Amino acid sequence: MQDVWTVSQLSEHIKTLLEARFETLWVEGEISNLRRPGSGHSYFTLKDDRSQIRAVIFRSAQKLPFDLEDGLHIACRARLTVYAPRGDYQLIIDRVEPRGLGALQKAFEQLKAKLQAEGLFDEGNKKPLPFLPKRIGVITSPTGAVIRDILQVTGRRFPAISILIAPVRVQGPEAPPEIIKAIGILQKQHDIDVIILARGGGSLEDLHTFNTEEVARAVFRSPIPIVSAIGHETDFTITDFAADLRAPTPSAAAEMVVPSRDQLCRQIDGCYWRLLQVQRRLATRRREKLTEATKRLKSPDRILSDFRMTIDDHQDKLTLSMNRALTARSLDLGYLKTRLAQAGPGDSIEKSRMIVACRQQQLVTEMRNCLKEDRHAMDRQLIALQNLSPLGVLQRGYSITRRLPEGTIVKSVDTLAAGDHIDVQVALGNIRARVENVI
Amino acid sequence: MAKDKFEEALKKLEELVKKMESGDLALDDSLKAFEEGIRLIRFCTGKLDEAERRVEILLKDDKGDIAPAPFPRDEGNAA
Repeated sequence: MQDVWTVSQLSEHIKTLLEARFETLWVEGEISNLRRPGSGHSYFTLKDDRSQIRAVIFRSAQKLPFDLEDGLHIACRARLTVYAPRGDYQLIIDRVEPRGLGALQKAFEQLKAKLQAEGLFDEGNKKPLPFLPKRIGVITSPTGAVIRDILQVTGRRFPAISILIAPVRVQGPEAPPEIIKAIGILQKQHDIDVIILARGGGSLEDLHTFNTEEVARAVFRSPIPIVSAIGHETDFTITDFAADLRAPTPSAAAEMVVPSRDQLCRQIDGCYWRLLQVQRRLATRRREKLTEATKRLKSPDRILSDFRMTIDDHQDKLTLSMNRALTARSLDLGYLKTRLAQAGPGDSIEKSRMIVACRQQQLVTEMRNCLKEDRHAMDRQLIALQNLSPLGVLQRGYSITRRLPEGTIVKSVDTLAAGDHIDVQVALGNIRARVENVI
Repeated sequence: MAKDKFEEALKKLEELVKKMESGDLALDDSLKAFEEGIRLIRFCTGKLDEAERRVEILLKDDKGDIAPAPFPRDEGNAA
């Protein structure tokens, strides 16, 4: 060591010492005097109740999970540097985490708003749970009340369902990567169809793991549906919002995921009994209907005898009315006969017949007489006629001379000339002659 | 997943019984429905009667691989 240092030498030495001793460290305190000049870097003082130290976060540093404000309690990972020209030291911070209720609450609200705006909490993105899961994955601490409660409830409700536990830390900075890795491992396992992510109650700091962006996103992205049960009934973490279903407690999560075998058995039994009931009722009703119908059904014999009776009935009626009609008609006929006999010609026909025969006879006789008289008359005329007939004259010796060839009767000799041919008709026969001479 | 058939079967059973209770089914329809109902009941009861339960935990073995191993039942865990 030298006796007298220059300022620069001293500063140099201090810088070397400090920077070697404090390479990377975590410091926590309250923000004050926050300045954000246009450069984008953030300058502030980190303090506690007795001391303070200058700090800067360069714009190039890791993106902050929440906005810095005066009064916020934070923890930061930083490098200690000494700036010799000004003779001071400061922290160059590259990562910030919220501390204290105020900061944690702020970080929570900011992250919640951001993820909600992205739609991570939308109902439409939530996957339905299987009705009866084959195998449940449980991401939680392997010791403690949480896993015990879950096993108890599932064992009671439905013993046959298998469970695979992925043990993780549930707080501290190592927790988020372990949880994210567990979700990944369970995806690759065979036949896990639902996951329970659970941890017991704690303060806001204790639950911080489940308010981180990376855990929330991993839960959201999981293809297997995730039921989250974080903290007490009144605790709502960002993971709860991003999950497919939130349960107020781990036991409640187990109940939501696993149906009650007893209830299902009862339901099935109920269906069985109702089925029997209905069937019996239907059968009874049908039997009654059948019996009723049978009663109303007539045997063929009865139908036939009914018909027979009807036919006989008609027959009787028919015969009766026919007989009545016949009797009436024959009575009428009898009356008419009598009347007819009384009013008819009877004798008078005989009388008339006799008169006609008589007249007929008279007529014939008359006719005969007339004919006789006429014949006599005719005979007289005949004789008269005969007397007058020229042929009678001929009898007396007279003759008729006719000139030939004409045949004209010669009344005078003038008509004749010598040499003419004549015909002389005498009573018996004709004479052909030639005129010799006319006198 | 085969067990979702259970949910379908249960729903079908409920609907079938309701239908029989409310409607006037013809004789052979109601007989068929009854048979189907009994078949569904047998199926569901069969699913519920499967008894084997496994509880396992993922552990890192010597090689650093992660695999399921049986989860020991201590007094804190239910049977």
